[in-house]
Amino acid sequence: MSRLKKSSIVSLIKKGLRVDGRKLNEYREITIIPNYIAKAEGSAYAKIGGTLVIAGLKVGIGTPYPDTPNCGVITVNAEFVPFASPTFEPGPPDENAIELARVIDRSIRELKVIDLEKLAIIPGEKVYILWLDIYVFDHDGNLLDTSMLAAITTLLTARIPKAVIKEDGKTVELNKEVSEPLPITNKVVTVSVGKVNGKFIVDPNIDEEQVLDCRLAISISEDGRIAGMQKMGSGTFALNEVIEAVKIAKEASKTLFDKINEAIRSIRK
Amino acid sequence: MIGKIKLIDENGLRVDGRKPGELRPVKMEVGVLKNADGSAYVEQGNTRVLAAVYGPREIHPKHLTLPDRAILRTRYHMVPYSTDERKSPAPTRREIELSKVIREALESVIFVELYPRTTIDVFIEVIQADAGTRTAGLMAASLALADAGIPMRDLIAAVAVGKVNGTLVLDINQVEDEFGEADMPIAMMPNLGEIVLLQLNGVLTEEEFYEALKLAQKGIVQLYEIEKQALMRKYCLG
Amino acid sequence: MPILVQHRQIVLPGQLLAEGKDVEVKAQHTIYRVGDKYYSSVIGLADIQEGKKLSVIALEGFYFPKVDDIVIGMIVDTGLTSWTVDIRSPYLAILHASDVLNKPFNPLKDNLRRHLDIGDLVLSKISQFDRTRNPVLTVKGKGLGKITKGVIVEIVPSRVPRVIGRRGSMINMVKEETKCQITIGLNGRIWIIGPTPVHEEVAVLAIKKIERETHTSGLTDRVKMFIREELRKRGLTK
Repeated sequence: MSRLKKSSIVSLIKKGLRVDGRKLNEYREITIIPNYIAKAEGSAYAKIGGTLVIAGLKVGIGTPYPDTPNCGVITVNAEFVPFASPTFEPGPPDENAIELARVIDRSIRELKVIDLEKLAIIPGEKVYILWLDIYVFDHDGNLLDTSMLAAITTLLTARIPKAVIKEDGKTVELNKEVSEPLPITNKVVTVSVGKVNGKFIVDPNIDEEQVLDCRLAISISEDGRIAGMQKMGSGTFALNEVIEAVKIAKEASKTLFDKINEAIRSIRK
Repeated sequence: MIGKIKLIDENGLRVDGRKPGELRPVKMEVGVLKNADGSAYVEQGNTRVLAAVYGPREIHPKHLTLPDRAILRTRYHMVPYSTDERKSPAPTRREIELSKVIREALESVIFVELYPRTTIDVFIEVIQADAGTRTAGLMAASLALADAGIPMRDLIAAVAVGKVNGTLVLDINQVEDEFGEADMPIAMMPNLGEIVLLQLNGVLTEEEFYEALKLAQKGIVQLYEIEKQALMRKYCLG
Repeated sequence: MPILVQHRQIVLPGQLLAEGKDVEVKAQHTIYRVGDKYYSSVIGLADIQEGKKLSVIALEGFYFPKVDDIVIGMIVDTGLTSWTVDIRSPYLAILHASDVLNKPFNPLKDNLRRHLDIGDLVLSKISQFDRTRNPVLTVKGKGLGKITKGVIVEIVPSRVPRVIGRRGSMINMVKEETKCQITIGLNGRIWIIGPTPVHEEVAVLAIKKIERETHTSGLTDRVKMFIREELRKRGLTK
């Protein structure tokens, strides 16, 4: 990006304005479509501005981890395919995709969005395995918040096939005819707060991402707790700036929860 | 699992006998390796970390060079015998993520713009893991960078604050990390009051978060002093 | 109180050195400024002249090339028309064949390795360097060229100034006492030719002692006593 463009973005932000006319604490247009993929047990299309992410959930039966024998297993994976941006390379997930998946995974896990104990079928032996795959299809900035929207909507709207234990008491089969929702206990969103010359913005677009000193991704639960945090990028935050960023994120999270709830209501009708 | 293990006893002490706001015993040593341009060893409780710095030096492959600054390559790695169960030597997703956030923390500390077209390589090897490996690793890396004579804004002091049985505690150990409710590693340039790394794995209320920041500050001030002493020790004769 | 450190005090990265507008700081990589505060960026010795001119002399670190510096390089590769030379800096240096050979030179017939081979040392001067390209060396000048005898001692480049001493006081003393010819490459390679290998050995020990004790005071006298003692032990003086 040219220096001229960078400096015009920065000087606008200094004045409290943004290139696309938004306020500093305002998201771009958000679209969420649940159950976007019929073949998946859960899925969601999420778009913030020009960034498009589609998440899908596939379900299987497997053995639990030895340290959590009575819990189901969830695995979060993210892929930044070359399809989505000239800057994405083919190959296994790079450090950015891995970081994004792990931030999302931790927020979901730590908040116990899913009650994994309810996903045990035969405790210690057979449990539900959930694969949550997040694919970025168009990169226009703020991949993390968009991916989290897609991920959480997927979980909230998924219906998993009922597990049936056979007569031998050991074999388990999935009955695709009968499905039930996941045992959800809470909702979470991630708000990425970017720092530009001491000012804070939410939902940076791809051009604004180029001028960020750094960002703090803050996961917020629907009941207003902090469910995860990750400083991203090479700049620094002062202590009071971190506190300010948390307040901004908490406020902005309300918009995201409204959008999620609206999307969920749309399918119940 | 939470709540099933008692991590704070009736006297308010932790599993290893510490008070909530107490650091583990710390040892730091600078210049521990012969080959590296800078090196350091940090021991925090049972966590042991070595860091080595090479550079600034020429980059191979050449196409990675930047015309206006040095690139920074960071590898955070746990050796197979550092953990209870053998860890495969291949880098895990966790190690890839931590290498990234550590690199980003160091990038805000080093004056990379002084050495265009070069690389500065920072290697962190965890030889014994008992929680707090990324924060110990960052401290070791910053000491090693100073030892290598690479111009930097400040040393990095770092510590993890955790929440166990509802209590905020400083510098968590492995048991507290595994069975606690939250783990918040934070790294700062103490003299400048700037945060270079901040992560939160777990759930905190806003008020708990502010308390956790204060508690971390307290630990960071102490660790910073120990780092400075470690550097000065290199210049004491006899 | 503009300057907050003492002359010859050891300072560390991130340490506040001075505050205010009355301080004179030469532009250098060892000090950086935030607002009107000056911080050290390296481990070094504070140097205060006339009560207000502040600088920091790095104690650790590598050599950074500067035009006209005399350096001792080692040939690490040969090309068709030039040599690649290690000068212990972040960048490899280039020595062009035309600079070394006075006669016209034909890359098809003439093999550069017959003139300077890998591993050979050259006393040379940096003739060009601007950070966008690697430094270029020249051996045109009095005494410059291939090194064929004597011994080479390597020290931390940032400690070369101490080996030289104020206006050459230290190195002149060492030369006089050891009866050796000593040529200093600013990249921390020092070339010694003495009347006997034993004299050379003592000169090496003396230089290593200066390197080790760079940050201490009264060093010149101590080194002088050291040299006399070492020569006496070896039966070279009474």
